[in-house]
Amino acid sequence: MSADTAAGGGPEAVTGAGLDTDDVTGAGLDTDALLDDPGIRIIVCCGSGGVGKTTTAAALGVRAAERGRKVVVLTIDPARRLAQSIGIDRLDNVPRRIDGIKGEGELHAMMLDMKRTFDETVEAHADAERAKAILENPFYQSLSAGFAGTQEYMAMEKLGQLRARDAWDLIIVDTPPSRSALDFLDAPKRLGSFLDGKFIRLLMAPAKVGGRAGMKFLNVGMSMMSGTLGKLLGGQFLRDVQTFVAAMDTMFGGFRSRADATYKLLQAPGTAFLVVATPEQDALREAAYFVERLAAEDMPLAGLVLNRVHGSEASRLSAEQALAAAENLDDARIVDQRAGKAGLGDRVAPDPAVTASGTTEPLLSPEAGQASGPQTSAEHQDTTENEPPHENIAHAATAPEGDTVDAADATETSDAIDVISIEELTAGLLRLHAERMQVVARESRTRDRFTVLHPEVPVTAVEALPGDVHDLDGLRAIGDRLAGGCTPTPAGAA
Amino acid sequence: MSRFQVVSGKGGTGKTTVAAALALALAAEGRRTLLVEVEGRQGIAQLFGSDALPYEERKIAVAPGGGEVYALAIDAERALLDYLQMFYKLGSAGRALKKLGAIDFATTIAPGVRDVLLTGKACEAVRRKDKQGRFVYDHVIMDAPPTGRITRFLNVNDEVAGLAKIGPIHNQAQAVMRVLKSPQTAVHLVTLLEEMPVQETADGIAELRAAQLPVGSVFVNMVRPHLLDEDALRTAAGGRRKEIAKTLTRAGVTGSAALVRPLVAQAAEHAERVGLEREQRAVLAGLGLPTAELPLMGDGVDLAALHDLATELRKQGAGEEGDA
Repeated sequence: MSADTAAGGGPEAVTGAGLDTDDVTGAGLDTDALLDDPGIRIIVCCGSGGVGKTTTAAALGVRAAERGRKVVVLTIDPARRLAQSIGIDRLDNVPRRIDGIKGEGELHAMMLDMKRTFDETVEAHADAERAKAILENPFYQSLSAGFAGTQEYMAMEKLGQLRARDAWDLIIVDTPPSRSALDFLDAPKRLGSFLDGKFIRLLMAPAKVGGRAGMKFLNVGMSMMSGTLGKLLGGQFLRDVQTFVAAMDTMFGGFRSRADATYKLLQAPGTAFLVVATPEQDALREAAYFVERLAAEDMPLAGLVLNRVHGSEASRLSAEQALAAAENLDDARIVDQRAGKAGLGDRVAPDPAVTASGTTEPLLSPEAGQASGPQTSAEHQDTTENEPPHENIAHAATAPEGDTVDAADATETSDAIDVISIEELTAGLLRLHAERMQVVARESRTRDRFTVLHPEVPVTAVEALPGDVHDLDGLRAIGDRLAGGCTPTPAGAA
Repeated sequence: MSRFQVVSGKGGTGKTTVAAALALALAAEGRRTLLVEVEGRQGIAQLFGSDALPYEERKIAVAPGGGEVYALAIDAERALLDYLQMFYKLGSAGRALKKLGAIDFATTIAPGVRDVLLTGKACEAVRRKDKQGRFVYDHVIMDAPPTGRITRFLNVNDEVAGLAKIGPIHNQAQAVMRVLKSPQTAVHLVTLLEEMPVQETADGIAELRAAQLPVGSVFVNMVRPHLLDEDALRTAAGGRRKEIAKTLTRAGVTGSAALVRPLVAQAAEHAERVGLEREQRAVLAGLGLPTAELPLMGDGVDLAALHDLATELRKQGAGEEGDA
């Protein structure tokens, strides 16, 4: 993980690490050009859950602000530590200025409170009495807090409000953690069409609708439906809905037209979508759907941010070569140790129940298990090391058959060997490298599948950090990686 | 052992994989399990490499010893239409309702109704018996919504009771809650050994417990092997680079001089990760729940890997305990 292989810049930067990547044709995404472009007023980060959307949005915000722009980041339910990373314990529904930004730019951040936003929208568009009636309605209370699409709808509403204030050069939006990335685009329409739809009109004023020419058949459906829904949900529920709808009536047009306006805003040239993914099958599949969907909706896609990509500077040494070399060293080491510490290798724990108990960290004592033969030592290490140090539901059951390390033995052993032998150390380095190369190869394959489908999408790859981001420096490090101008960072800003 | 096992977890932690492995593990020795998904993502079909699942229970895998795994993608709209058909013999009127947007309203807009329909269908499968009075499925495993939404999703009673105070949806919600809050149910959370997922797991458990929903196990997924301990790595980072280069050459690696720095750098990252993972393990241990660990599948998860994971879960006795 250092400057020369670090991810950014383009697909080659990481996957080019000694792998055959001729078929990867995606261009590089120029993140800084995007952040600097005064014509870009909105950047939307979207993607499936757990891919680092919020972190990406925050890192882009910090970077854009430090490049001189006046930025607001709209996050949706960020992890507590992320909120702390930009210096705030708890973000709320109002943009707050973030301290510690270098240069002339400004960074503001806020966290969407969907209920608050919904309430404010009602208060802003209805007179006090009507607003009160709406806010107290049980159906409204459930809708504003519970409906799966409310968060998406309110994110759109908030985005529209922020944009209308025109107080920032750039708005960076993190999209809600949806069932699927596409919900962000669909939910507002769904709620909008509900609020404005036939069904709600029927609920409100069946006679009026039914009386229209050509709509008579609806009357039959309507009474049946009313009856059925009444039976199904209980009459009170329907009355709550009707009251709500009556109270909201004057606002419907507003809701719908604002949702439409925001939707149009997303199609405008001043908007750029960044699809965020990790080099995992599911995440990239979602990313591909999203890319296709954005194209279908005429929404401008700036590129793909591929988070948590692994690379290696030692990529000319393949996984197979590394493992073979490690085994050569194992063989050499057995000979040495048999000579130097007779008997140690035969000490196999008879009682698996005590495995690792009482130790505070995973054991590394390959010596103790070597009686089982050098060719299995890698697997043996894996299994033993996987044994978590805390209490496990099936402690005994996870112990590898027959060659468990007894805790007491392990302690003796590590006392006996102050310094790990150079062969063990080197073999360990080689095995780590083999594991890394396997990860690199898998990620590269997954990514190639996306690139084949969408060679036109510019990509920026962000190298994996060992730890989480906790502060502005951590976000800056991510920003550097996003922009491709990676400088070596102290691994993990913990 | 709980007959209804709900698997949640932060996005990206591999919920679907763990749910599928659990369904396989619990199906061993001639038992039959049903794996259900509720979010319309067709994650199960993708995992098992099958065509998209219809709204119908069908066999998707066999387990060692003659066990069977069935799968079902629950669709709220279909569940509602079925339900209406069953209780009201609606027939074509169902389509009329759909045209009006009433079904859409009930399944996507009306808060909580969708969740009642989804959990209701799963609970029906949990309770279903054959003609001999035996349970049709020994276990039902649900690939559930993520941690952030799981309590709201399962706590349908609170959601719906305030709205639908009487009527079949209300009754359905009550029946579902009886199953969900009983020892028949266990809610498992999947996490990675990383700070954010672990934090979310801890928060999720607190929420579940506050709602009196029975928490089962924590599944730590994608655990990577620890190949070197930290002391060794500190040594490596120290003054032994020349020796390492020589040893690499001795092991048959050519051009070893240039490899030492990157190999040691990778090892330093590994050491840091191991340290962070240890902290997260300690946090998880503090939760006082049974924990099972599943290894990272280096080549991705296919059917063979699922069977390996299921074997691992069986060895660890996963799913056998709950705290409720």
